Amino acid sequence: MSDHSSLLNRRSFLATTTGAGAALVIGFYLPARAFADEAAEQEAQPPNPFNAWVRITKDNRVTLILAKSEMGQGVMTALPMILAEELCVDWKSVTVEQAPTNPDIYEHGTGGSSSVPESWLPLRRAGAAARQMLLVAAAKRWNVNEDTCKAENGAVIHGARKKLFTYGELVEEAAALPLPDFKKVPLKNSNDFTIVGHDTRRFEARGKVNGTAGFGLDARTPGMLFAVVARCPVFGGKPASYDAAKAQAVPGVRSVLAIEAIGEGAFTAGGVAVVAENSWAAIEGRKALQIKWEEGPAAEESSESLRRQCLENAAKPGKTVRNEGDAEAALAAAGEHAVKADYQVPFAAHACMEPMNCTVHIGPASAEAWVPSQAPQWAREAIAKIAGLKPETVNVHTTLMGGGFGRRYQADFAAEAAQISKATGGKPIQLLWTREDDLQHCFYRPFSVHRMAGALDGKGNLAAWKHFQTSTSIAAAWEKDGAEKPEQSEFGMAAFLPYLTPNYRVEYSLARSAVPRAWWRSVENSGGGFVVESFVDELAAAAKADPLEFRLRLLGDDRSVKDAMSPTGDPVSTARLKGVLKLAAEKAGWGGGKPAAKGMGLGIACYFSFNSYAAMVVEAGLKNGEIHVARIVAAVDVGRAINPQGVRAQVESAAIYGLTAALKDSITIRAGRVEQSNFHDYQMLRLPEAPPVEVHIVASTEKPTGIGEPAVPVLAPALCNALFAATGKRARTLPLRAADFA
Amino acid sequence: MAITFKLNGKSQSVDVSPEMPLLWVLRDTLNMTGTKFGCGMALCGACTVHINGEATRSCVTPVSSVAGKSVTTIEGLSPDASHPLQQAWIEEDVPQCGYCQSGQIMSAAALLAKKPKPTDADIDDAMQGNICRCGTYQRIRKAIHRAADSHAGAAKEKAATR
Repeated sequence: MSDHSSLLNRRSFLATTTGAGAALVIGFYLPARAFADEAAEQEAQPPNPFNAWVRITKDNRVTLILAKSEMGQGVMTALPMILAEELCVDWKSVTVEQAPTNPDIYEHGTGGSSSVPESWLPLRRAGAAARQMLLVAAAKRWNVNEDTCKAENGAVIHGARKKLFTYGELVEEAAALPLPDFKKVPLKNSNDFTIVGHDTRRFEARGKVNGTAGFGLDARTPGMLFAVVARCPVFGGKPASYDAAKAQAVPGVRSVLAIEAIGEGAFTAGGVAVVAENSWAAIEGRKALQIKWEEGPAAEESSESLRRQCLENAAKPGKTVRNEGDAEAALAAAGEHAVKADYQVPFAAHACMEPMNCTVHIGPASAEAWVPSQAPQWAREAIAKIAGLKPETVNVHTTLMGGGFGRRYQADFAAEAAQISKATGGKPIQLLWTREDDLQHCFYRPFSVHRMAGALDGKGNLAAWKHFQTSTSIAAAWEKDGAEKPEQSEFGMAAFLPYLTPNYRVEYSLARSAVPRAWWRSVENSGGGFVVESFVDELAAAAKADPLEFRLRLLGDDRSVKDAMSPTGDPVSTARLKGVLKLAAEKAGWGGGKPAAKGMGLGIACYFSFNSYAAMVVEAGLKNGEIHVARIVAAVDVGRAINPQGVRAQVESAAIYGLTAALKDSITIRAGRVEQSNFHDYQMLRLPEAPPVEVHIVASTEKPTGIGEPAVPVLAPALCNALFAATGKRARTLPLRAADFA
Repeated sequence: MAITFKLNGKSQSVDVSPEMPLLWVLRDTLNMTGTKFGCGMALCGACTVHINGEATRSCVTPVSSVAGKSVTTIEGLSPDASHPLQQAWIEEDVPQCGYCQSGQIMSAAALLAKKPKPTDADIDDAMQGNICRCGTYQRIRKAIHRAADSHAGAAKEKAATR
């Protein structure tokens, strides 16, 4: 792990971050590698748990180490719960501490709803190994066989509770013992779990209600200065010239300096930085800057030109992604009875409540950084490269994050802060992105157009399914040399449909765009879920079938459907998909149990993503000329739920996140720049509009899977299907407008 | 010229540009980082504080305008997270990322000070200026009702023991 300071692109980034242990799973790239590669993962001997995962002091204080990033998704609770369970300590007495950024020991990457599934076995083993070492230490003291000793509630007991050593009394000896074989260390029987599977409140809640929780922007270090950067509003543009005189004259401004764009890896726009004594002076200084931009070729691009390009693409055959049977022939045979529809999914910004930021202090031989990052190891690389330091001399503190949603996987903000600290001769710099910066220089969910065609046979079964997609691919943005296929990042389950059909065809064409894009909560599944689950509903309507019955019939017998594009990934189980559909339907009163209110309709959708299963029933309609969502009922199957309370919270969150994207604003492009700038034109769903969200979890002992994202993809189609049920009108372009249904 | 105001019950003087927003004075000058920056345009409510008891967006409030007034921030709401709203927030497991919650709680506290038993409509009205990107809204609503109930319960108890 020493020669990755040359880390430049996503491929090598992935190679380095996945090399040491459990895989980093971001959306499409390495789906389910953690499961597929478990053998390889366990080859390297894990570190001593008393160094890496557990700290017990003589006064019996227990600190558990968290090596993933907390952005609201609950890993600061769920992951230590796993450790505490195997370690046999009282959850109420533990402390949780963020791990130092050290990719030699930890797998820091936090994305792809992968933290819990990836950590489940390694953390169980680490906790169990520590417990085992404590048992051995106690047995040695008593000079008895360790089999006669038992760990319980932070202590080891022997005999009929006559003898007891607390962990604190044993820890010094235990930590010095030889490590047990992690593969053979006895794990707890799940029937004995007292923490895992039990509702547990968020560990760090207290700091989040009294103002003491430390987010990235809350970092403070002596002598710190504050900076903002003026970036070219046109993607790929740069300053031709600038006059800093007026900015320099703003009280509190210390310096104005240019920073270069970084074209690969961290991907920054470059621009002109204003460094000041406080954030406000920096913002005011930036307003006073006079910059002539060299806008470059992207200035020609607009949402309209992109849409035209997509429609031109759709008029031509795309690259074949899947082809079984002969969909074209079956569609031709269906003639005018074939169902055809175009769908459109817009660019979307993550809009984390805490805008991007980073605090970096570069010294002569080392650096210190406070980074709200889903990938602190990548931030460390980026800072080290800019500072001209070895990565191990960069001390990266991972802070709490005011939202992540995939945006904070990037290292752009860390790289910019490092550039500014370096340019100021090593001053500690806090770089702030304003909301405008955040919305206009994001890595957006791709723009996509989908041309769908389907046919039914005489029995109302699916005779053919054809899905043509053209999009501004994520893979194409990251792999300019074409090493990754652009379609690889764009489909998810849309390219391994579990619905039975003898004639199945998927095609893809790349849409070219200068707009940066990457992983927006649920990645390709937000578009894929919307399109697939809306179009299934269209076919159900054409078959005059109940949308739930139609889905259950097309899902057929219990079977596994493999992802042909990612053969090592988990297959979708139709049994589990039917399971969440039935549970959501039952709880929502589908099929007469609880009819929708007058003017309202019920819609249903299901999807498989990140190895988890989600279904939603939405009740919606028009009320006073506006789209009104009355309630949302969700069912999820995440295997064994580590913290059911946290699972419910994530599904509630995903519902509102999906609803915001479906009902509010999209990111649009004009003259090569983003038209939206703040929450007045990129609006968020607010409290009075938020419908009640009810969440049901399938009871399961399957291996745990993630839940940060998988409920997002089902919201938009369930909503559209509900609005169709209520109004008879179908909308196929997001975001929805009331006029679509009038 | 120094500007003096009361901050969480204590007198505070700052020597900054009079037009500097209170938010940045709190965060960058006084290092009181509990109050958050979210939009800079009074659109999201993350920066909400109380000025003479009124919920106010500090990101658009020039510090000169609070001279002689009383400012309360999340740090001053209670010394130990013991305000009924803070307790209710923990009980209902409201926060996710938590970044907006200082502002949410400050808006809710101003509401409860005026309406100890708010209706859902009151909550809609008082809380619509606060965005939560994690979508914790239904838990926020529940937590406000819970705090109101516990508050009412406590007041009743107090009255009974008098």
